[in-house]
Amino acid sequence: MPVEVALSERIEAFLAELKRGGSGAGTLRGSGETARETTALLRRITGQAQWSSAGDLMEIIRKEGRRMMATQPSETTVGNMVRRVLKIIREEYARLRGSSEVTDQQESLHQLLTSGGLSEENFGQHFKDLRANVIEAINELLTELEATTDHIAMQALEHIHSNEVIMTIGRSRTVEAFLKDAALKRKFHVIVAECAPFCQGHEMATSLSEAGIETTVIADAAIFAVMSRVNKVIIGTQTVLANGGLRAVNGTHTLALAARHHSTPLIVCAPMFKLSPQFHNEEDTFHKFVSPHEVLPFTEGEILSKVNVYCPVFDYVPPELITLFISNIGGNAPSYTYRLMSELYHPEDHEL
Amino acid sequence: MADADETSKQAERNTNVGDGIAVKKQDIARAKNEGKELTKDEKQRLRKEKKQQKKNKKDDKGESEHENVPLPPSQAVVQCQSQKVCTSEKPAKSKAEQRAERRARQEADRAAKGKKGESAQQPPSGKSKAPPNELQPVVKRLPEHVQVDDPAAVRKLAKKLERQQIPVRSEYGYKVSLFSHLHQYSRKAPLTQQISIPSTVIHPYIVRLGLQYSQGIVAGSNARSIALLHAFQKVIQDYKTPPNEELSRDLVNKLKPYISYLNQCRPLSASMGNAIKYVKKEISNIPCLCKEEEAKKQLLSCIDNYIKEKITLAATTISAYAIEKISNGDVILVYGCSSLVNHILCDAFDKKRKFSVIVVDSRPRLEGREALRRLVKKGICCTYVLISAVSYILPEVSKVFLGAHALLANGYVMSRVGTSQIALVAKAYNVPVLVCCETYKFCERVQTDSFVSNELDDPDDLMVTRKGKIHLENWQDIRQLGLLNLVYDVTPPDFVDLVITDLGMIPCTSVPVVLRVKNVDQ
Repeated sequence: MPVEVALSERIEAFLAELKRGGSGAGTLRGSGETARETTALLRRITGQAQWSSAGDLMEIIRKEGRRMMATQPSETTVGNMVRRVLKIIREEYARLRGSSEVTDQQESLHQLLTSGGLSEENFGQHFKDLRANVIEAINELLTELEATTDHIAMQALEHIHSNEVIMTIGRSRTVEAFLKDAALKRKFHVIVAECAPFCQGHEMATSLSEAGIETTVIADAAIFAVMSRVNKVIIGTQTVLANGGLRAVNGTHTLALAARHHSTPLIVCAPMFKLSPQFHNEEDTFHKFVSPHEVLPFTEGEILSKVNVYCPVFDYVPPELITLFISNIGGNAPSYTYRLMSELYHPEDHEL
Repeated sequence: MADADETSKQAERNTNVGDGIAVKKQDIARAKNEGKELTKDEKQRLRKEKKQQKKNKKDDKGESEHENVPLPPSQAVVQCQSQKVCTSEKPAKSKAEQRAERRARQEADRAAKGKKGESAQQPPSGKSKAPPNELQPVVKRLPEHVQVDDPAAVRKLAKKLERQQIPVRSEYGYKVSLFSHLHQYSRKAPLTQQISIPSTVIHPYIVRLGLQYSQGIVAGSNARSIALLHAFQKVIQDYKTPPNEELSRDLVNKLKPYISYLNQCRPLSASMGNAIKYVKKEISNIPCLCKEEEAKKQLLSCIDNYIKEKITLAATTISAYAIEKISNGDVILVYGCSSLVNHILCDAFDKKRKFSVIVVDSRPRLEGREALRRLVKKGICCTYVLISAVSYILPEVSKVFLGAHALLANGYVMSRVGTSQIALVAKAYNVPVLVCCETYKFCERVQTDSFVSNELDDPDDLMVTRKGKIHLENWQDIRQLGLLNLVYDVTPPDFVDLVITDLGMIPCTSVPVVLRVKNVDQ
């Protein structure tokens, strides 16, 4: 299906942004913005591309989605938004066709065996309302995305009592908003682990202290040393995996182990768009590495050529170490993740 | 019986009053200066005399009828041993008389305890119970460096330093409330800025050493101990006994201000503390008839022996034990720069073992780079990561070798901050953790967390320039922001699988046994 020139320019611009925006270097700051930009782009594609049936539209979106994911594999929110939109299209199509959603969703074992699931459904029928409906649904999704941080921050007072010591690592906008919201009503103390080599913890600490929260910056090496005085650990994450585990900034696994040793609860503030149907040992793209000069600078010239230096960006945190997920639809345990995933994404879309 | 007690007490008192006091004082002074271990009886006697002197001093200030009053109450106490009866017998008493009563009662108690076979109803007076023969009394002074939040202790230290003519180092920056009991200094304001150079009070070698410590030029517990002992050797060489003084007493007094100065520059480590104890003991054991040249030669050779035995030979022994634990194809993880662990790895490489090393490092000290340089120079195949990547790299590791700053008597390992974290993650991945430590670093303290006794380094070290910008540049201006730069942390013994010392390979919990064996030897 041909895509208009202006639209393709837009897509190219977005891909370029994605490529550059690896560690916050581009204009896209944080996964929230990436999610919103992706959804806006998908809405534009829905509106402007040439398509006649739901199946065509899904094919276009899948193709563009694959391109976007290939540009920046570690940015999983792109893929998540694509899958959400695909699910929206399926739902709207099913509604227009008249079949009740309930029976479609509840794929009983009998149905699976006798009918072979929905694979024979080829989405070929043409509905003229489909475009408008899908665009409306995507608008709803965008509204939801814009409000996620606020919804999470609203729950802060349920989890933070006064005179607590809270530990966090690196910089997460969600956790920042969460803590600032609680600080409006309660007094507590925050310890931020700086998370070398990028040291994003420093920005987080200055931002929190300017909001009036008593903050302390510690080096990564001191995480276990101070953990005995911490009441709660609240962190953000880059992705929530399908088994309830996390792909978070490096150093988080150590933090989680230290919290488990001291029986300190580990709370993860993650909006729903970070939930991804991946597992951690599935693809080679779980770990992402950046230039080792962050770890061993080029000034150490003479030994640089004789040593291997690694600078991984992400860490895997298994679900056993996590106590609670706080998302925009409320709190839930890691064992509930599979259910949320079945509501957000269709199983056929897990592999784009 | 009461009469006998009474008369004995009177006799005691009489001997103490008057000339007796001067004689006892001399005894006390001599006993202290000898530095010998006082026997239990002598210690008790000393304490009694001190109390008596204090009491006499108070007497001079006030009432004169004091002498007569205590007799009947003490009689009553010894007989009936209950305070209620005492006070009921004499209802209306003045404050001074009550004080005198109490003091007499305490005397009676102690006198009664000194004799065996007294009734067991005596309430124990104060902390000093009669100890059993093998165990030492627990009364210990709390070290000054963990009492910064107590203004009385700070004043006492200031007075002591003033007496020794050493400037007090000023605190720097906002201290995190959990650590308000510790010092926090800035590296940019060394103590040497406040003393005149050349200093008349402190030996120039010691001044230089203090500066090296505070600027981090000499770092690592072995290096600091050896530097300290060399400096002491220089001091001893340049020392001249003043007339009418004994070398054994005067030299120890000369060393005291140097130690205070070094403590101000950077708090002493456990190994340095043990070395200083050894040197002081050696000095006070010099017989008084010894000539100065001989004495000095003896001291210098003692110090040389100490360094050779406890540090150099110990390292060789530990290395021999450790090599048994390194097999071909091992991937060994080390943290920071421990001279002992580096020595072991270089030795193993010389003995043609095939292994590779992963060096883990942490901000802000970045000591691992020094270890990396030494190992690469030797030709060992190395990998380098920061401590936040340790859970990524640990599945490939077969053993973890850690160095220690001190081993505490409850089995905890005190080491560079980050060591406990590495041990924790290694335990989670089931990788064996081996700690290498010489016995001279064993210390009798006990500690369970990293807060009560630690060292706070310069908080400005945490600042870093990224993309041309320093985020924490104005951290002092923001009132709610604090930076914490810890130097040490303690690792619980369940994370450590083996400790390799020069006495052999022991589990972490055997440290107090080693300490006891060492004490008995000495």
